[in-house]
Amino acid sequence: MTWSPDTSARADEIVAWYPEPRSAVMPLLYLAMREEGRLSDQGMQEVAARTGITAAQVLAVASFYTMFKREVGRHVVSVCRSISCHLLDSQAVVDAIADESGVPAGETADDGSLTIETVECIGACGGAPAVQVDYEMVEGLTPEKGRQLVRWLLDERPDLIRSDDLQERFGGQRSFDWGPDDPAGALGPYPAFAPYGTAGGGS
Amino acid sequence: MNEQILTGRMQEHRTDSHTLRRYEETGGYQALRKALGMKPEEIAAEVKGSNIAGRGGAGFPTGVKWGFLAPSMPRYLVINADESEPGTFKDRQLMERDPHQLVEGIVISAYALGANRAFVYVRGEYARPARRIHAAIEEARQAGYIGDGILGSGFSLEVSVHLGAGAYICGEETALLNSLEGLRGEPRIKPPFPAVEGLYAKPTIVNNVETISNIPWIVTHGGAAYDAIGPEGSKGTRLFSVSGHVERPGNYEIVMGMTWRNLIYDLGGGVRGGKELKAWIPGGASAPWLTPEHLDEPITIQACARLGTMLGSGGIVVMDETTNVVAAALSLVRFFAHESCGQCTPCREGATWLERILERILHGEGRPSDMDLLLDVSDNISPGLKWPPAMTTICPLGPSAVSPITSIMSHFRDEVAAMIAGEVPAGV
Repeated sequence: MTWSPDTSARADEIVAWYPEPRSAVMPLLYLAMREEGRLSDQGMQEVAARTGITAAQVLAVASFYTMFKREVGRHVVSVCRSISCHLLDSQAVVDAIADESGVPAGETADDGSLTIETVECIGACGGAPAVQVDYEMVEGLTPEKGRQLVRWLLDERPDLIRSDDLQERFGGQRSFDWGPDDPAGALGPYPAFAPYGTAGGGS
Repeated sequence: MNEQILTGRMQEHRTDSHTLRRYEETGGYQALRKALGMKPEEIAAEVKGSNIAGRGGAGFPTGVKWGFLAPSMPRYLVINADESEPGTFKDRQLMERDPHQLVEGIVISAYALGANRAFVYVRGEYARPARRIHAAIEEARQAGYIGDGILGSGFSLEVSVHLGAGAYICGEETALLNSLEGLRGEPRIKPPFPAVEGLYAKPTIVNNVETISNIPWIVTHGGAAYDAIGPEGSKGTRLFSVSGHVERPGNYEIVMGMTWRNLIYDLGGGVRGGKELKAWIPGGASAPWLTPEHLDEPITIQACARLGTMLGSGGIVVMDETTNVVAAALSLVRFFAHESCGQCTPCREGATWLERILERILHGEGRPSDMDLLLDVSDNISPGLKWPPAMTTICPLGPSAVSPITSIMSHFRDEVAAMIAGEVPAGV
């Protein structure tokens, strides 16, 4: 899929922020994911064309980082398994989420609805066990809340994933007082960040 | 002992501590005004005189690092907001709750260093902190604190946020620079150090979020005032993330020098459910563990060095008496095996083997020879098994994978042996 004029214009703008075009590779990979909901060969060619490197070089970069995904569902549910979450039984949360969704950790549902993964530390150790949905945080989960989270994603099919919303519905203990709500949220399985055009719900 | 340099504003103003208006109303950007009236070298001298040490992990004195900056132009300031060390969530709070404190620190530091371009490299999973920092940068630009001729001075600065994409290794400063250049996040061989050849091979200073968040206070009150806080060699307050089996997890800003007992029991509320303390990690996943006999040791860089560990990233992970130390070590080793960039054989192969050996012990398939094998593989990654480690690798990630092994083998050897012998049930 060739990039839309809007996406192309944004890509040019991002490239112009940097002293050297190649620095825009990672932001443009997010843009490519926004465009197609995942990272495709065509998307990487578009990134290559705008940063002055080859598609193979773009692939070499993309394959280094876990958040650039060639296969991914409409939402990615990432359950932390690093030490603090491990100590507070994140495994039970992973098991509950995998069981409720029918998707084993590390895989994507056949209907493309969800990707379930275990990930390394997401910086929510004080609110362990912690999960991110499309990189929006929810802290202090229980296995039961994990099941409810899956049902909510599958049954309610929310368009916008906001951390405050997740926390209110499914969260518990937090790492710290989050302060006021953040109105922005994710539109797909990539981080919601206005400069990359990937944030919804206001900034 | 309750000095608050970094977290006072966010505690007092919970609904709007992240906004420019609240920041200005509570004295924000006055340090920048003061700084712009000083010579850049005068600011650098205050920072050096403060004796603040970097808060990212390595603990190198910030003023000394700044002093290495090569004189050629252009030069860059890069903020390391790639906080990913297991057990650490302090920079996340600083960015979400008081982003202008960091932004003001960036502008002052860039002025002191003569950099007209700064980047904030935020880990990709920190979407919310990245949004808050970006919004603060935009507010600051509107108010004339960022841009051309800042506050009528001759100093100009552009700042932008760059999102990472899920690689712990990018917290290593040369890997971060490679990533920012659009390369794989593989650490570079040093020297040259970034201060001489950094971003685009130009002189570059890479500093942690917490380090730079202290700069407005240091400029306002002077380096000597900062140096007056805390014991020799461990100056200022520090933000520690406390997690694991503790009653009150959270970030605690403390003056260094208090004891571990103070932090874990008085501030953290002690071990969850009234259980006994078994061990704790004092400075993020990379740090060798401490045990209850160390509870009355002071929290200082020097005391940690004496005990063969470190304050590292400030992530404290508490483990109670029920903790299966083999399972805990596996969680830590698996982290490093997963995050190894793969450049250096001892790290790439060694961490993976340590993971496999721990896995089979945990699954009841351990062999008597595994005790020696764990230490032998570890010694090949980190000869002599000491901390700070002897290096066989470009960066410290490999030796960090050894820390959990030496920790369980020196403090809990009997438990590992019993699990191998089948005397205690394996499994998590």
